[in-house]
Amino acid sequence: MENVMAYSPFLIRGVGVTVALSLCSILLAVALGLLGAAAKLSGSGWARRIAGLYTTIVRGVPDLVVMLLLYFGGQVLLNQIGAMTGWWKYIELNQFIAGVIAIGFIFGAYMSETFRGAYMSIPKGMIEAGISVGMTRTTLFWRVIWPQLVRYALPGFTNNWLTLMKTTALVSVIGLEDIVYNGFAAGRATREPFTFMLIALLVYLILTILSDTGLRALERRYTRGVVRGV
Amino acid sequence: MAQTQAKDTDGPQLSARNIHKSFGSIEVLKGISVDAYNHDVISILGASGSGKSTFLRCLNFLESPTEGEVALDGEVVRTRRNRAHQLEPSDRRQIERFRTRVSMVFQGFNLWSHMTVLENVMEASVHVLGVPRQEARDTAAALLERVGLGERMQYYPAHLSGGQQQRAAIARALAVDPEVILFDEPTSALDPELVGEVLNVMKGLAEEGRTMIVVTHEMGFARDVSNRVIFLEQGKIEEDGTPDEVMTNPQSDRFRQFLARSRD
Repeated sequence: MENVMAYSPFLIRGVGVTVALSLCSILLAVALGLLGAAAKLSGSGWARRIAGLYTTIVRGVPDLVVMLLLYFGGQVLLNQIGAMTGWWKYIELNQFIAGVIAIGFIFGAYMSETFRGAYMSIPKGMIEAGISVGMTRTTLFWRVIWPQLVRYALPGFTNNWLTLMKTTALVSVIGLEDIVYNGFAAGRATREPFTFMLIALLVYLILTILSDTGLRALERRYTRGVVRGV
Repeated sequence: MAQTQAKDTDGPQLSARNIHKSFGSIEVLKGISVDAYNHDVISILGASGSGKSTFLRCLNFLESPTEGEVALDGEVVRTRRNRAHQLEPSDRRQIERFRTRVSMVFQGFNLWSHMTVLENVMEASVHVLGVPRQEARDTAAALLERVGLGERMQYYPAHLSGGQQQRAAIARALAVDPEVILFDEPTSALDPELVGEVLNVMKGLAEEGRTMIVVTHEMGFARDVSNRVIFLEQGKIEEDGTPDEVMTNPQSDRFRQFLARSRD
């Protein structure tokens, strides 16, 4: 136990990294997801094809492979571009940023499917009603489409978020000091791997419970006016 | 009671010229022109597939016509041809302003499910016309009172019957104080016993001199409330006249058959 106390600042730092990484990644994933969904729903054949390719690739490749590819491959690519253009000398890709990009990229693909499905679930008549009273496109989006979109996207979003949080554990592979990395390191140093992995497990469990509570509140807010069980 | 037409203006209020609409190779509307004058209540009848709803939706460009022109008080809606070769409004500001003056009531009510009935009715006033909240609220409450929903203002649409939802939707259409109201089969999705309450509200609007264009299957409403009846058949106007002219002495065989079928 005194080992745990001694390592607690180290562990808390790890928790901080996990949380920050999750939040940054989900932001990127939502942005890419909205973009992807808009592309899939757009009239342009090219946009639809690119978005479709994006989802297919991400779905077909293991997350870890994407992450390693982005971290190592991305770095090589960046520096080759730098060498070719002479715009920069040498860039070392920050692990945190590489992690955010990789996880955001992966989950952006899942999010695009979630948002696309949610948009298609919005009763078309509600959108027509907005158009028919003269709403501008912006007003229509924020007053009618967004509240409905959130409502239909929330269950899928919740799934994606919970999976995303667990996927952040993979970043320990590229040396990012999240709770898994730090827990593992502390476990090795103290020769109590079981204790420290148990702590990591509890951290994920607590994060999940917290998210669940928060998302439930959000769901209550966005399902106002919905008759349950119908 | 039927209204007499064109009392205080010379030209038509809402005017549709030569509206054509094709879906692919199928021509649904084959050149329809209708002028609605102030205080007109025009019933558009027709079998399903005759194009009557499509025509109504072309009037506020929810549907893009293939050909034709729509004007409000003489101001023509500017259009351009889109990729699908249909005419869509080219001036967003103009069409948005146009739509606040020509509101619509739908067959499926289309209330916004995430807002209370009161919020539904206030929405366009506040977020489209920029009316102060309190004022919009008072107007909305008065309108809901008028359609008999004073007690249900804080309810969400899902907790109301179809008839109540449609009355709320009518209040929403009235909230922008439109010049013309389009009704797209407003009673077709209702249980028979709820039709009357909606028709009564519509009759009240007709009596106060609202200009209305109503796509309907309600023969009683067409005969007793409207001052003009148009019968569409396969995308063309087959009959057009006062209810007396048209319904007691129909000129076309098709309309005679239609009337006979509607009686039972």
